[in-house]
Amino acid sequence: MTGDGTRPSVEARGISKAFGGVAALDAVDFEVRWSEVHALVGENGAGKTTLCNILAGIYRADAGQVLVDGAERDFRSPAHAIDAGIGMVHQHFRLVEPMTVAENIHLGWPETPGVVSQRALVDRTEQFMGEMGLHVDPTARIWQLSVGEQQRVEILRVLARGARVLILDEPTAVLTAKEADDLFRVIRELAASGLSIIFITHKLREVLAVSDRLTVLRQGVREITRPTEGATASEIARLMTGEERVLDVEHRTVTGQAALELKGVSALNDRGIEALHDLDLTVRSGEILGIAGVSGNGQSELAEVICALRPLQSGSITLDGADLASLSVRAVTDIGVGHIPEDRIGMGMVLSAPVKDNAVLHNYWTEEFSQGLTLDRQGVINFAKQLVETARVQTRSVFSTAGQMSGGNQQRLVARREALAADRLLVAAHPTRGLDVNAAQEVRSTLIDKRDSGCAVLLISDDLDEVLLMGDRIAVMYEGRIMGVFDSADADREHIGLLMGGHSAVEAAS
Amino acid sequence: MILAIIENAFLSLIGSAIPASAVVMLAATGAMLGERVGVLNLGQEGLIGIGAVYSVIAVLSWGVESPWLAMLIGMIAAAVAGLIFAVCVVAFRASQVLVGLALALGGIGLSNQLGTNRNGTPIQTLFREVNPGGILDNHDAVSAFLFHDPVVYIAYIGLPVVLWFVLFRTRHGMNMRAVGENPAAADAVGVSVTGWRIFYSVLGAALTGAGGAYMVLSFTPTWSPDIARGRGWVALAVVIFAGWRPGWAVAGALLYGSMISLDTTAQARGWGLPFMGASDLSFFLSMLPYVVTLVAILIPAGAVKLGRRVRSTAAPAALAIPYSREER
Repeated sequence: MTGDGTRPSVEARGISKAFGGVAALDAVDFEVRWSEVHALVGENGAGKTTLCNILAGIYRADAGQVLVDGAERDFRSPAHAIDAGIGMVHQHFRLVEPMTVAENIHLGWPETPGVVSQRALVDRTEQFMGEMGLHVDPTARIWQLSVGEQQRVEILRVLARGARVLILDEPTAVLTAKEADDLFRVIRELAASGLSIIFITHKLREVLAVSDRLTVLRQGVREITRPTEGATASEIARLMTGEERVLDVEHRTVTGQAALELKGVSALNDRGIEALHDLDLTVRSGEILGIAGVSGNGQSELAEVICALRPLQSGSITLDGADLASLSVRAVTDIGVGHIPEDRIGMGMVLSAPVKDNAVLHNYWTEEFSQGLTLDRQGVINFAKQLVETARVQTRSVFSTAGQMSGGNQQRLVARREALAADRLLVAAHPTRGLDVNAAQEVRSTLIDKRDSGCAVLLISDDLDEVLLMGDRIAVMYEGRIMGVFDSADADREHIGLLMGGHSAVEAAS
Repeated sequence: MILAIIENAFLSLIGSAIPASAVVMLAATGAMLGERVGVLNLGQEGLIGIGAVYSVIAVLSWGVESPWLAMLIGMIAAAVAGLIFAVCVVAFRASQVLVGLALALGGIGLSNQLGTNRNGTPIQTLFREVNPGGILDNHDAVSAFLFHDPVVYIAYIGLPVVLWFVLFRTRHGMNMRAVGENPAAADAVGVSVTGWRIFYSVLGAALTGAGGAYMVLSFTPTWSPDIARGRGWVALAVVIFAGWRPGWAVAGALLYGSMISLDTTAQARGWGLPFMGASDLSFFLSMLPYVVTLVAILIPAGAVKLGRRVRSTAAPAALAIPYSREER
């Protein structure tokens, strides 16, 4: 029943779905065949995940039909979809952390024996892993595993239930390059054995490398479905974004007084280990200093010490000569420091609060928005409306909660709010991570506008292309130290890459 | 002579602590059942009252002659209250804390109201002690530890063993724990989070109701207002103390039951200490269960702070968090 490569396995016809009045999908048709890897491509918020959640029985469509092997099916829950042979591996894994791999694979599975022992579960799991050619230690608990291994557990679990249509939601977002290559190999093998694989991504390289056919979604509407062979990256990108916008950044060399100055800064990470070692760094007014480096080399801690979120062990931090390190978080904001945090959901906003409250999170207590003990409600609403408009945030209204917006819109809101707060210094930690092309360009334009208005900008990113594109000067960080600082004109990609990998300046030069 | 008095006092303490703790044990098992699937029911105090008062009504007004049947009626009444609670917090996702507190206060009020005309009427339909007779019969030490009614054995041995087996040795229990730890994960593999949460909160409420029924059918044995006297709150503390493990609940219930018994025994006999009068000692002893709970919570929390993982005694990760599939 599988293997001919032309018969459809799953078809969606005219699927529509709205969240809080905003259409996520509008009459989308989608078809996947047996033995193919089908890439589902689109920007954040294009509706890829929503469509797949409907196929997997997690959401119910407002309109439209789902057909499996030609027969119409009505999935009221994921269990129905699993029965029909459709399994999904979510971007955020659905694993029970304190349980073992074997337990997680047997969870909610009717074929699990009624009375179980750890031993029996492990034996069954090992046998199954042997059949599938995928291996993870069955006795390990989930929290002990790497992200790549956790993903393998998810895939194994779905396959164990006899899934013949496997949906992978942005599976490479959390993987290292090597893990991603391993995953691609697994995907190709599974497709070769007759399964359908739906592969959600917004990375064009992956689409071209692994898929047989592709479907592009844009703003909840299907743009095209076509064979991957013959498609080009620029063509797919154009269909995804609808327009081509390339940011042209003019670099400048700023001399003169440093705005932000770090001298001999040391700080601990959350586990109490020293993450910044005797670090010196300056950022001048009117320049973007880009920090290049593989994430986890002290960048997060650097942003946090500057914004007074993390105590200093030693050293000094000054802004225009005035001590920053001794100030409270509120005082730091007050003197004109903005911070686009790495974890925008945890640190940047209150998801359960309305957009209007999130817009004034920093300054709701200032005279601008309050009179005595009461908030100036209309003032807050007006400010929020203006912020939403200028930042091009898509939300139903400023009264709906921040959590109802998509990730890209949340990020736009935080970036614009922080840019407004930043008169003298803007610290941007991975400001475009996870954003689609358009949203990323907008955030970058915001940073450039700040620079041009004379603000000092510190940009931290693990995307070297972004650092090279944006930075007027580039500093490379490795294991809590600055390995070298370059003007953008002198920045050599290969050289910086070596420094990021921990090779010293001398080794790299020779 | 003095030794004999101390031995006597100790044995009478044990003899009363075991049945006194059975109430706590039943309620703690009921609470634990709900909490294992992520539903925190703070209304234990009210459920004990409801279970107790309906058993009293069954015996005194409806002429029920079997203590088992009277207990079953108390359990059903508590289960109905538990169902209302479960529908509010699981189906409508109301705050478990608020609805639980409402159930605690409402349950106490309802049972006091229903019990008004029956205050102090002695109940004759009682659980009988299991007494094999023979030579063991006259030995105080033996009778203090053994010779209790069957409910005691069910509460201390039957329930914990069954619950442990189900939770840790069956497919069903594995899925239950997953619902309490990560409902999204359970849902994704086809476990009905809503259904199970409602089912086990109702079953848990019934067990707590059995605890209330046991109070009036064996322990007191009569209706009096505010019958639970804090045992529902103590049961919630026992669940934390036990780290959500059924076996440890036995130890916890006995420990807490002893503290309650010590308090009542001390009051009855007018015990005091050289530096603490009888009434001061009583206040101190009433406070003791909650101080012990505080310590029991702080020890694992402290261990986490010190960087050690105390996974096995941690609360179910999704405890008291409503689950919604379509939230994004």
